[in-house]
Formats: sequence, C-alpha cells, structure tokens
Amino acid sequence: MTTSENSVARAAPGNVQAADRGGPAQPLVIARDLKRHFPVRKGIFNRKASAVRAVDGISFTVRKSETLGIVGESGCGKSTTARLLVGLIGLDEGDLIFDGEKLGEELSLNDLWSGVQMVFQDSYASLNPRLTIEETIAFGPKMRGVAAPEARRLAHELLERVGLAPARFAGRYPHELSGGQRQRVNIARSLAMKPRLIILDEAVSALDKSVEAQVLNLLRELKAEFDLTFVFISHDLNVVRYVSDRIMVMYLGEVVEIGPVDAIWNHRAHPYTQALFAAMPSMDPDNRTQVPPLAGDPPNPIDPPSGCRFHTRCGFAEPVCGTRKPRVVAVRGDAGHEAACHMLDGQSGHSKAGETGEVRKELGEV
Amino acid sequence: MSDTSTTTLGRAEGRVAGHAAAEQAPARSKGYWSGVGSRLLRDPVAMLCAALLGLLLLAVIFAPYLPLADPFTGSMISRLKPLGTPGHLLGTDELGRDMLARLIYGGRLTLMLGLLPVIFAFVIGTGLGVVAGYVGGWLNTAIMRTVDVFFAFPSILLAIAISGALGAGIVNSLVSLTIVFVPPITRVAESVTASVRSLEYVDAARISGAHPLTVVRVHVLGNVMSPIFVYATSLTSVSMILAAGLSFLGLGVKPPEPEWGLMLNTLRTAIYINPVLAALPGAMIFLTSLCLNLLSDGLRSAMNIKD
Amino acid sequence: MSEATKGNLLDISNLTVRFHGERTVHAINGLDLTLKPGEILTILGESGSGKSVTLKALLKLLPKKRSEISGAMHVDGVDVLALKGQALSAYRGKTVSMIFQEPALALDPVYTIGDQIAEAVMRHEKVSRKEALAVALDMLKRVRIPSAESRLKNYPHEMSGGMRQRAMIALALACKPDLLLADEPTTALDATVQIQVLLLLRELQREFGMGIIFVTHDIGVAVEISDRIAVMYAGNVVEEGTVAEIIKDPRHPYTQGLLAANLHDADRSQTLASIPGSPPPLDEKPDHCSFAPRCAHARDRCYAALPPVHRPGPGRRVACILEDASDPAEKPGAMAEIH
Repeated sequence: MTTSENSVARAAPGNVQAADRGGPAQPLVIARDLKRHFPVRKGIFNRKASAVRAVDGISFTVRKSETLGIVGESGCGKSTTARLLVGLIGLDEGDLIFDGEKLGEELSLNDLWSGVQMVFQDSYASLNPRLTIEETIAFGPKMRGVAAPEARRLAHELLERVGLAPARFAGRYPHELSGGQRQRVNIARSLAMKPRLIILDEAVSALDKSVEAQVLNLLRELKAEFDLTFVFISHDLNVVRYVSDRIMVMYLGEVVEIGPVDAIWNHRAHPYTQALFAAMPSMDPDNRTQVPPLAGDPPNPIDPPSGCRFHTRCGFAEPVCGTRKPRVVAVRGDAGHEAACHMLDGQSGHSKAGETGEVRKELGEV
Repeated sequence: MSDTSTTTLGRAEGRVAGHAAAEQAPARSKGYWSGVGSRLLRDPVAMLCAALLGLLLLAVIFAPYLPLADPFTGSMISRLKPLGTPGHLLGTDELGRDMLARLIYGGRLTLMLGLLPVIFAFVIGTGLGVVAGYVGGWLNTAIMRTVDVFFAFPSILLAIAISGALGAGIVNSLVSLTIVFVPPITRVAESVTASVRSLEYVDAARISGAHPLTVVRVHVLGNVMSPIFVYATSLTSVSMILAAGLSFLGLGVKPPEPEWGLMLNTLRTAIYINPVLAALPGAMIFLTSLCLNLLSDGLRSAMNIKD
Repeated sequence: MSEATKGNLLDISNLTVRFHGERTVHAINGLDLTLKPGEILTILGESGSGKSVTLKALLKLLPKKRSEISGAMHVDGVDVLALKGQALSAYRGKTVSMIFQEPALALDPVYTIGDQIAEAVMRHEKVSRKEALAVALDMLKRVRIPSAESRLKNYPHEMSGGMRQRAMIALALACKPDLLLADEPTTALDATVQIQVLLLLRELQREFGMGIIFVTHDIGVAVEISDRIAVMYAGNVVEEGTVAEIIKDPRHPYTQGLLAANLHDADRSQTLASIPGSPPPLDEKPDHCSFAPRCAHARDRCYAALPPVHRPGPGRRVACILEDASDPAEKPGAMAEIH
C-alpha cells in the first residue's frame, strides 16, 4: 500500500472544511430523541397497517475528533441512524444539532452535507458504473462550485492519498477494481467534500480480512491527517473495538448502552451487551463456546416487545421488565458510561436492582 | 483484433497489480459502450440481422437513385405478372405496377411508421417513467395508475380505436401508435429508475448537495437508458406490424401510396391467381420484424441486461 | 485406492478446475484434501481462493460447458467425477448434502418446510408421505426449532433468518448423509444467531456422526466449529493442521497474516499488521508461489517454482520454502538475509 505524504490542498476555493464554530467542548453532533418509523402499507389502498420502529427515541452525542462505534444486530436501527445523521432520510421526531446548529433551523440540509459525508457498505452499489473513478470523486467538489480542472486535480491527489496510483486508476470504471480498491475510492469521494464527520456504515464488512486491515489502517491515518470525526457502524465487535473511542450498543431501535470502549469492554453493564460479546467466536481452541448466550433471533422491529425490549430474550427478566421501560442510568457512577436496564436502577423494583447503578435525573440527558 | 490486445493488456496489468509497489503506464480502460460493441460484434445472429436491416435501410433511403420502375405507374396489360418477368424482377401487382419498386418505396412508409412512434414514445415514456420512479410518492401513483388504464386494452385494439377516432392518415397513425407505446415504456422506465434510485451511488450524489436534476442527469439517466432502449427496440417490430395492420384495415396509409400492410390488403384478391406475389409484402414484414427482434435480443445480452 | 487413502471418507487428489469464458480462470490448481469419517474440516480462505468451487465440484454442480475438471475425487470410495444419472441423484442428498449461505435462496419459496423435507426423504428412501412427514417433524425437533409441529406448515418467508438456516440444516440432514458440505452457512446471520447455529452443527455432528466440510472466511468461526483447518489461497491449500496448530503455530506467512488481520486483541494504539496487495487474478496457471507478491519473506526462489509441500507431522502440511530451514539440506542463514 502506498502511503505517500499528504499533499492535498485544503484551501481550494469553495471547498474548505467548514470552520469549527462551537469550540472543542461543543459536541460535533447532539442527537436528541431521534425517531423514525417506516409505515408498512397493506392492501390496494396503501393503508398504513403498522410501522417498523427503526429508530425509536435515541439520544447520543458525537464529540469532536472521536470515533463513535455503533454495534447491534440486524433490525436494531444502526443503518437508519446513519441515514438520519447524513440527512438521507428525514426525522419523524427529535433534534439533530451539528456543532451547535440545529438541522432545519440554523442549518439547512445543504449546509449539513458540506460537513457530513458517508461511506457505504456495498462498494459496488455505491459507485456509478458509468463514471470513471476520477469523475466519481470530482463530482461532489464540482457541485460545490470547484472548477473542473481543480476538481480533477483534487481527485488525483486523493486517489494517491488512499493508495491508488492516479495514473493507473483515474480512468478506470468500478467493475475493473477489486472490492478493497472500490472502498478506497468511496473513501476518497467522501474526503473530496472536505467533511468534518464521516459516517462509515459497515464500510469494511464486505471486504476480505486481509484487505479489511489495510482499509482500517488507511482510515486511521486519514482521521489524524484531516482531523476527522467518525461514526463507525459495524456488526463486528473486534473492528469496532479497534477503531472506536466510545461504543453505542443498539437493540430494536433503542440505545441500551453507551460508553468509552475500555469501560464497556471491562464492564458490560447491559445483559444484551454481555450476550453480544459472549457471542463472539472465542479464538481459543482449548476454550470454545459451549452454550450460546442467547436463544432465537432478534424480534421483529415492527411490533417490539413492551417495557424493556430485550426482556423476551433476557436471562434476568422479571415481571417489571415486561411492563416498564428501564431508565438510562450511569454505570458504577461513571457519567460517561450509561445503560438502560432495570437491574442497574435502584428504584426499578427488579430483585437484582441497585447494586451498582445510579439514577440519572432525566432520561436521555447528555 | 482490438479485443485480443485489450485482453493481453488486462492480463499484464493483473500480474503487475500483484506486485504491490509496481507502477504502470497510464492505461485508459475500456468504456461501457465499447464493451457492448465488442460483445455485439461477436454475436453472429445479431450481426446478420443488423446487416440485413442496414441493407434495407440503404435501399429505402436511396430508392430514388436506384434503377427502379415508377411505383405509381401501372399497366393494365401486365397485371399480376409472376416473379422473374423480364423488366419486373418481382412481378407486378393487381394494377400492373412494379412490385420491386413498390416494396422498396413501401419500406419507406412502413419503416417510418415502425420507428417514429417508438422514438416518440421512448422520449415521452422515459420522461414520465424516470420522474415517477425518482420522485415517487403521489406523483408516482398518479402517473402509474393512469398508465395502468391503457394496459386494460390489447395494443392492437387500442391502436384501432384511437386511429378510428382520429380518422385515417399517416399522421394519425403516428399519433395513435405513439399513444399505444407510451404506457409500456413508462412502466419499464419507472421500474428501472426505482431500482437505480435505491442504489447507494445516488445517495452519495445527493449528499454532495447536487441539484436533483443534476443527480438524475448524471447518475440516473445513464444507468436506466440502456434497458429502456433495448425494450424500445423490441417494440419497433410490433409498431411496424401494427402500422401495417392499420393500413390493411384502411385506417392508416391510403392508396395509391405504397405501404406493406396496404399492399398486403390490395393483393389479397390475387391470392388464388398468384399466391407467391400476394405473400411478398407479408414476407417483408415478417423478415424485417424478425431481424429487429433478433437484433434487440443480441443488444440485450451485449448490454448484460437481466430478464 | 492406495494404502494412504484407506478409511478416508473423502479423498481429493490433484483436483484442478478451470473455467472458460470471456477469460480463463484457474480456480483450483492441484488440490489435495482428505477427510476422515466424523471429522469437521474447515476450508478457510478469502474470496476467489477456490473454497466454494471445491464444494461445488464435490457435488458436481459446476457448469458443464464452461468448466474443465481434472484429478480425482472419492467419497466413500465412490469416484465422484464418474457419477451420472441415477447414481448421481442418489449421491446428491443421500451421500453428500449441502447447506448454503442464503437459505432464503436455497429453499423453495412455494412449498412449506415440511413438504420440502418430506419430498427429499421420499426421493431417497422408499417411505410413504406420512412417514416422510414424521421424519421431517423429527428433523425440525433435532435442529431445535421451537414448536416444530406448527413450523412444519410454514413457508420459508414466514421464518426468521436463523430459523430458515436451521430448516435448511434439517433438510440437508434428513437423509442422514455421510458428508455435509457447508458453504458459509453463518455469514449472513447475526452474531448471536451465528454462535447458536455453530453450536447446533457441532451437536448434530456428534448425533449423526457425519463428516463436515465447512467453508468460511472467518477464522473465529473456524475455531468454533472445526477439528482441522485447511487454509486455501489462489486455488490450493497453503497450510493445514489441527485448529490448535493453525492458531498457535501458524507456519505459512499467509496464515500468519490472516491471524494478525483478525483484530482479536489488536492493540488499539498500533497500526494493524496487514497483508499488502490483493489476491492474484488467476487467469494463468500458477507456476510459482501465488502468495509471493504479497509476502514479506519472498525471494527469487519463490518466483522460480511452486513451493514444496512440507509435512512436519501427520495431517499437517505447509506449502512454503520457509519450512526448508528445518531441512538439513537448506542453509539456515538464507532466511536471515531477507529480514
């Protein structure tokens, strides 16, 4: 892999990374009570029969220059969250605040897109088969008013930077590239917009392991070089642990636990987090997994269980779990590490409750 | 020839790509259309059909410059002469006009009536379909439900009904055939657009802040055009047969204008006297539409369009 | 059959598969592989390594016109390449069966799960439909599908991904095959479901006693499921051994690279050790070590000829010249110069 020194001009006209407004302490993203339901229509009259509660009231922050990892199984809403963050789909309810400016008020979608970009999972579907690599990367800057020759030059520089020699690759079409090379192009395209935040939605999941490591190394270099903030979505806990500063665990459209990666790794507070970690293959031939941590598949987000959504699969479930929604509490008094489980909440009435938890005054407080 | 050389180049590049550090001279890669072209060139059936159609097209365009008899002047003495009559290679029709000249001049109208409605419908249908597929929502419902109404009628019946309402004539035939072909093309355009719309490169283009029209022009149209185009080419043969049918029924071209469908109609009376002669316009319709269909099949596989 | 192959459930020797089309692909190049009855062998490899092609060749599922197969494959002493007609249908499903990555595509959407299993049973055994349905019910219970009776009447789309994969396994095992081929059956599943299916396969193997060839790209999955691991690269096995041998003592640089790239316990402050480059395109038959262009230890000899296959122990092999160092003939200094 070519790792040449960065030479990308960052002062190109109309193509400068948006300035920091709120200062380092202001979170880059504040997501407050985000909700997005997808109607399920039935019959010839497109009657709304029910709704997939893809994202159902989640709150979190993304700090400047950090990597927030989002993990969870299919149907947990992590991809919907990604699309909400880049404004590809609209919010039903809730607020998105980007560096102090609220989307839909001070901040238009177009403003959002000059600061937030996305790298998609399917490296093939995310590249236009009729455009050359160079045209694909230069498209965004051109739409932002960069002159064609300048956009082309930028595309070449970025190709060089992501390890694809422009002389060989600029004129090629996506089908002539391998999966890893295409994903590098996708990364170059997102960088061409000079974003501050890049959402990586399962960006390395489809790659072979040996190529995945190359791309992760590249992302790591780029993050430092361009002072980027990442939201990194993956189902692979090993990958998330390697890249993230903080981890957010989602289950059926809700956040069940969020905290610094080491805190979660050392003390998994929520039973679902524990199960998810225990489901990882052991890598130790003398100590293989003997009992599956969970039975059955994740339930359908169309009709999520009442109370704590995990109670149908949880080994510690008690009647209270099926009736009342758990509050978000700090784990072991660590304000940065929160989880939503009755067992952590001293006042919940769960028989195992209150051992380590400490109630937060307000739900979803950031 | 050029094909083999690109393959060797590709192989050489592949080997070098293995050596991670190796640099390579600038290589302009094969574009989509040159790939389609080279695949089409390797399809013998499609090439034969293309050659036959090309020949017919040339003959039809340059008909006035060919050593042909006047297609309108007949002779009452030499009516319904058989094939191979001196001076009349393909015989004469019921009014003693030269069949060869009439078939070639007739091809002008028949091909025009086959191609023009499809071209018009291609433009209109693609526009409607892409808008419906990209915008979605109520606009999609409005366009697609309207289109569905037309699917309630078989295309030949629809063409006859519209032509009957508008009256006979070339222009009215063009209009009615265009109306017949807009709905199926719209439907195909809508479904391919909707599937391209859901691809991530369209999302990527949207979050670059590009205007929706630019996104459609750069990222959608280029990728939906070829399946719609292939579908439209398969309609030209239908259009030609429908046009001939309209003329046969007296709803299209009027005598003495030569047109294959009309000729089939007027020669119908001669079927017991000289059946081969009477079948000639039909054979031309059959061969031309067969060639169009086979060529469109070849195009479809050359463009790698599934189903 | 030679002495060495006696008692093996599966014997593949010098298998070569070549695809012809717009370009020629040398998918498998002289593969040797054996499996003992009741053994679980994982073929570990990345895309294009030939792992899935091996499985398809074993079931004779490769397109006849475009593929050229040579070498020998024996299952239970039966020459697979010579099978056709009735014998081939009996072989497929009765001797060998397969489970796939996408059960949604492998199961027929218009028949119920019960019908599909019963149909498979009736095809291979002379039983009535009623008896076959009883077998189907029993199989659904054995793959731990809850409320099996009602699930019998379910269509594939009415089941969740994990349940569909269980149904697929029930279908594959309904005729008690001697050999089960599993082509990435857990890749499309969620982590908590994947581990359930892996453990289920392990239990079912003990119950039914069949041999399993499990194909995956995920080392973690390989560790959980298998007795032995064969690492494939560019259409051939580069290293083979027991799970412990491969994980604790990887000898081939590719295996070492894969293990490093797995990120298990990776130090977050460090750059990942990654294998540079990408796998070869395989449009020419390899005449030297296919991994050499990506290998940190590569030297001229690697490009001169195919690497020698060393067999340091029973069931253990490494196709790499680095192993020559253990041969007395090789000068031990040769390796140090490269570093």
